[in-house]
Amino acid sequence: MTYDATMYSRILTELTLAFHIIFATIGVGVPLMIALAQWVGIKRNDNHYIMLARRWTRGFTITVAVGVVTGTAIGLQLSLLWPKFMEAAGQVIALPLFMETFAFFFEAIFLGIYIYTWNRFKKPIYHFLLLIPVAIGSSASAFFITTVNAFMNTPQGFEIVNGVITNINPIEAMFNPAVPTKVGHVLTSAYMTSAFVLASLAAFQMLKGKDHVYYKKALKITMIPAIVFSIATAVVGDFSGKFLADYQPEKLAAAEWHFETESHAPLILYGYLDENGEVKGALEIPYALSILAGNTPSTEVIGLNEFPEDERPPLYVHYFFDLMVTLGILLTIVALLYAVLLKWKPHLAHKKWMLRAIVWSAPLSLLAIEIGWFFAEVGRQPWILRGYLKVSETATTSPHVDTLIIVFGLLYIVLTIGAGVVLRRMFKNNPPEQELKEYGWDHGGEKHVS
Amino acid sequence: MSLELLGISVLWIFLFGYVIVASIDFGAGFFITYSEWTGQKQVLHKIIQRYLSPVWEVTNVFLVFFFVGIVGFFPKTAYYYGSALLVPVSISIILLAIRGSYYAFGTYGSKDNKWYTFLYGVTGVLIPASLTTVLTISEGGYLTITDNGVYLKLTALLTSPYSWGVVLLAIVSVLFISASFLTYYARKAEDSHAESLLRQYTLGWSVPSVLIAVIVFYMLKTQNVEHFNQMVDLAWMFMISLAFFMTGLYLIYKRKAYGWAFTAITMQYFFAFLAYGISHYPYLLYPVLTIYDGFTNETMAIALVIAFIVGLLLLIPALYLLLRLFLFNRDYVKGTR
Repeated sequence: MTYDATMYSRILTELTLAFHIIFATIGVGVPLMIALAQWVGIKRNDNHYIMLARRWTRGFTITVAVGVVTGTAIGLQLSLLWPKFMEAAGQVIALPLFMETFAFFFEAIFLGIYIYTWNRFKKPIYHFLLLIPVAIGSSASAFFITTVNAFMNTPQGFEIVNGVITNINPIEAMFNPAVPTKVGHVLTSAYMTSAFVLASLAAFQMLKGKDHVYYKKALKITMIPAIVFSIATAVVGDFSGKFLADYQPEKLAAAEWHFETESHAPLILYGYLDENGEVKGALEIPYALSILAGNTPSTEVIGLNEFPEDERPPLYVHYFFDLMVTLGILLTIVALLYAVLLKWKPHLAHKKWMLRAIVWSAPLSLLAIEIGWFFAEVGRQPWILRGYLKVSETATTSPHVDTLIIVFGLLYIVLTIGAGVVLRRMFKNNPPEQELKEYGWDHGGEKHVS
Repeated sequence: MSLELLGISVLWIFLFGYVIVASIDFGAGFFITYSEWTGQKQVLHKIIQRYLSPVWEVTNVFLVFFFVGIVGFFPKTAYYYGSALLVPVSISIILLAIRGSYYAFGTYGSKDNKWYTFLYGVTGVLIPASLTTVLTISEGGYLTITDNGVYLKLTALLTSPYSWGVVLLAIVSVLFISASFLTYYARKAEDSHAESLLRQYTLGWSVPSVLIAVIVFYMLKTQNVEHFNQMVDLAWMFMISLAFFMTGLYLIYKRKAYGWAFTAITMQYFFAFLAYGISHYPYLLYPVLTIYDGFTNETMAIALVIAFIVGLLLLIPALYLLLRLFLFNRDYVKGTR
């Protein structure tokens, strides 16, 4: 294989982002869940929830650590692998990048304080208050960094005169048209995924036969937000469809294998393209694409043929899109089913098949996050800055990217194993039943003694 | 003050902040590992762990802040340094990643794992070494710049005595700064055993750090004579730096006022760092990139400055709270809470 710096740079960026996004997603969502548990624990005076918050925090320190170091990696790799992109984009979109560091700084400080001050305040609510800046900081950094990604999709706030970027408006660049749907989708899906991940931990223990009420409480307090946020994710996803139809029609068209501009367009699910470029074996939902794009069957949806061939995203993004949507729907069903059972058939809510489904919701929601990002990024190809700069124009010229792919790959494997081993040891050797006993919190609702 | 100058000054001061907090952290790693070899681990372990645990992530953010800031204020640096530094900076990223994550694994996960301690100590020495190559490259002569791209002359870098001199200076300075801070911290914790060990370390690294600094200074003459001459013009700043060094050393030697001793040593580095930065002016990269032709547009610069001020208004009280609860809290430092 001949050395292709652009392709290798893409692979390395994909590798780092794919790894980082897991920890970033957990990093955004879990503080909210910890806050919820601690709040409920304080309000109901139920130490089981406090214990949940404590144990989640402990695990969170590990995922945050990996999130921080991989975040540093991707932050630097943007300049190392795409120097010309950062040179250009830096002039227009540096503001939110800069603010992201502040938000993270803020989060890091309060997290440091929060972790080490469980027993330092007379009133537990003061300790809880320290978590608010953590949650705000993590969501704010997600917000800022997503505006940068949104800018890559719908750049605005500048003009190009004779090849020079002028007339720059950083605020306009930051609040570009892709921001509301993208930020909304990133935040809701991060909260959803974190809720499912924590729920699956509780479900997993219950499947192994643990029957302490602690686990049931854990399951309930995670699954209810999971319902809320999986529905919210779907709603925002629907808005994203309309956004794409208006601002990035080629991305929607590639996702949907929609070639000719037309109204009453059907939604094509899965299938394949034969040698003549005809869609075969697909599930067609009449009018659904038009409805996704503009709420009515008569909405005209722009087809891929309107775009020059070298400006079309690769057609395999169709599968990313379909998988993402399928997983999203499945996850929503799991969450809703649990809620329905809990309300009307409580004796079924903790059946093995239900618990198994909840255990699976964690890997599936993480997979949905990965696939969703692959759709978002590959669907923007060939552009790095849509309409202005192509990916191939901005890659580094260094001859060493291929070696670094292997080196970073090894690094991520080592970090995964390390984090896995430590998390396992942390929780396995110190089960909650034992810890609750040590604290005298076995009956969570009683006034605590310590 | 022009916006260009304001931007680089702010970034330079933040970088100095990183140099100090990171030095304490990196050196601490080295001392823990070293004391494990010499069988004195128990003496230092607790005190270092107590200091580092709440602040390690904050340290890392200082660095991120610097490089995001420099790309924001001076986007052209992304092109020159980004293109050229793929390999050396990737090495730094990997070391930082190993250090950060294994620190967390060791602290929050399994206690007292020899491997974690080893990784933690070794990376503490290697990271400053790899990061300082950026400063070496900024002196010029290590890059091939063509219309197609910017390339690093790796062999030239690796065989340059100046480059290794800077590496050595960085490592020795890290150990000196770290030891002087930890001496102070140990006294606050009323841990006299750790205090006397760390005081020895401080004294041991003090004179070598200044000697190497002087040697590197003379090596710069062959590396970049223009920069060297500008540094000579700022000799008075280096004299102030030296005076602070003597003050700090005297206090440590006399076992007096370690807090002031550490402050003096910080000021020693502050003046040297500032003088180095001022004499580097106006170049971000000799001889191709100055802060003027590398600068972003005025609108962005103003926006960044405003964001910076607002950010500081949020951060300073937060940092103050962090320091008050941990660093300057007698009970916490002593380990009673």
